[in-house]
Amino acid sequence: MKLAKVTSPHLHDRSDTSHVMKMVIVATLPGLAALSWFFGWGVLINLVWAWIVALGCEAIVVKIRKRPLGYYLNDYSALVTATLLGLALPPLAPWWLTLVGVGFAIIVAKHLYGGLGSNPFNPAAVGYVVLLISFPVQMSSWLPARGVEGAIPPGFIDSLKSIFPLLGNASVDIVTQATPLDQLKQRPGLTITEIWQPGSAFGRFAGVGWEWVNIGFLIGGLFLLFRKIIYWQIPVAMLGSLTVMSIIFWGGSGSEGHGSPLFHLLSGATMLCAFFIATDPVTAATSNRGRLIYGAGIGVLIYVIRVWGSYPDAAAFAVLLLNFCAPLIDYYVQPRTYGHNSGHNSDSDRSGDS
Amino acid sequence: MATTAESTNSETLELLDISDKPAIDYKKISSDGLWTKNAALAQLLGLCPLLAVSGTVVNALGLGLATMLVLTSSNLIVSLIRHQVNDTIRLPVFVMIIAALTTCVELLMQAFAYELYQILGIFIPLIVTNCIILGRADAFASKNLPLVAALDGFMMGAGFALVLVALGVIREILGLGTLFANMELLLPFAANWEIIIISDYSGFLLAILPPGAFIGLGLLIALKNNIDDNRAQRKAAREDVPVAGSKRVRVTGNIS
Repeated sequence: MKLAKVTSPHLHDRSDTSHVMKMVIVATLPGLAALSWFFGWGVLINLVWAWIVALGCEAIVVKIRKRPLGYYLNDYSALVTATLLGLALPPLAPWWLTLVGVGFAIIVAKHLYGGLGSNPFNPAAVGYVVLLISFPVQMSSWLPARGVEGAIPPGFIDSLKSIFPLLGNASVDIVTQATPLDQLKQRPGLTITEIWQPGSAFGRFAGVGWEWVNIGFLIGGLFLLFRKIIYWQIPVAMLGSLTVMSIIFWGGSGSEGHGSPLFHLLSGATMLCAFFIATDPVTAATSNRGRLIYGAGIGVLIYVIRVWGSYPDAAAFAVLLLNFCAPLIDYYVQPRTYGHNSGHNSDSDRSGDS
Repeated sequence: MATTAESTNSETLELLDISDKPAIDYKKISSDGLWTKNAALAQLLGLCPLLAVSGTVVNALGLGLATMLVLTSSNLIVSLIRHQVNDTIRLPVFVMIIAALTTCVELLMQAFAYELYQILGIFIPLIVTNCIILGRADAFASKNLPLVAALDGFMMGAGFALVLVALGVIREILGLGTLFANMELLLPFAANWEIIIISDYSGFLLAILPPGAFIGLGLLIALKNNIDDNRAQRKAAREDVPVAGSKRVRVTGNIS
């Protein structure tokens, strides 16, 4: 009797880098759809342009580093970086803004540190912070979302022309407006009735459009959790600590009250950060307890910078600051190996520890 | 007196030593200062002013020249008095010499380039604490002849100033889109040297801010290391070329 001799493992799961990265891109679709609905074609044009720039930069650097081109382009990691950064940029960001941000993310933040797997900082977050520090005006000119009084997202041709001014002038004036998070910070005198009046930018709980965008990213994130692409510890800890912070410090009034927990959970980049940026396996802490600490730190920092800092949103800053801490966290919360009493395999193991 | 006799002895010895191979020595001092042991790119000394004032070419050049002047003259003076200063008090003496020279440079700048003096601010007095200067005084000038020490100071200072200016060029072009703006602050005849590289430039704040200096310096160091590596490889390749002609094969003794 002839039997095929196949050695274990007998159960396979396709979990190579390109598969994981493709799943991440697929999971951004609900959020992307919501963004495009509320802010128009600019989101999609930005995203495609970011992809082109990312692939171009990746190809150039891989060529310079004399590595196999196809292998590196096929792992989709450059596309994920471009997707995350493109989703975070204002919908009508001029073409050179995306070029600088994505180029910096791929060339400096990723490849100068040794490429995928060796980068200590999340490339998308680095790209975003570089742009936010260098071009504060362009980075804070968001469009008013569809549904705010008098706001209609510009059409395809107008969006294209305002992103690439070389193609000609847009036929309509593009109106920009601060995001709800920005308004809450810049207009300290808002009363609660002003915030909730119909037609204001604050919407039902967290800003017109923004609440649905965040729900979209939440759905995508739950899909990633379900497919076991990401671990639950980081998003849960991050959203948990953000909720706790915003419950403790919520004043309950207008803009002096710092916004409700729901407002903080569903506005800005909260959900995108929780499920897509903070969970980057390269730059996050690696043990389970470490991930909890890492996520909680990001949540606390997001709240602190949003409420008491000078920037309206803080996801990228918080992620970068915790990226700094990830090696330290990993050092102090090493998991216990089987047969040892504590994580550190030093002589300090005491019998009472376990 | 015994001490004078000793010092003249050692001086003649040094003179003899130098006169044996003068050309090689000077060349090595120059190449060390400008490239091999470049203060900023190889020794990574004096980074604080390097990173803080290299935002534009004129700032970089101003501080580079000031540092060069202090370094050359301090090396010269330290070398002149090297036999009169014993080991126990040498560091305080060197620091006082450097501080006096820095004060001179500061007063000079106040007199002739007042606006630049105001822009550079605290970084001119801080030349005293620049570790390149004390480092060269202690490691080189206190052991060498005055002119050799002065040459070393000049070359080290020039290497530092060149890196400073290179960083200034990079940061000014990236950050402001101009080159040689406001050069008249340092050189009165250079009022219309400004070149606008990119007109209608919206400015890249990152290059002006400290991160730009760190990234720029990192890239310059990488460039230097890359050039050195390539040189070493080419040299090795040249030396590895097998000698054409007779190759004798060893047939006796232990062949291993």
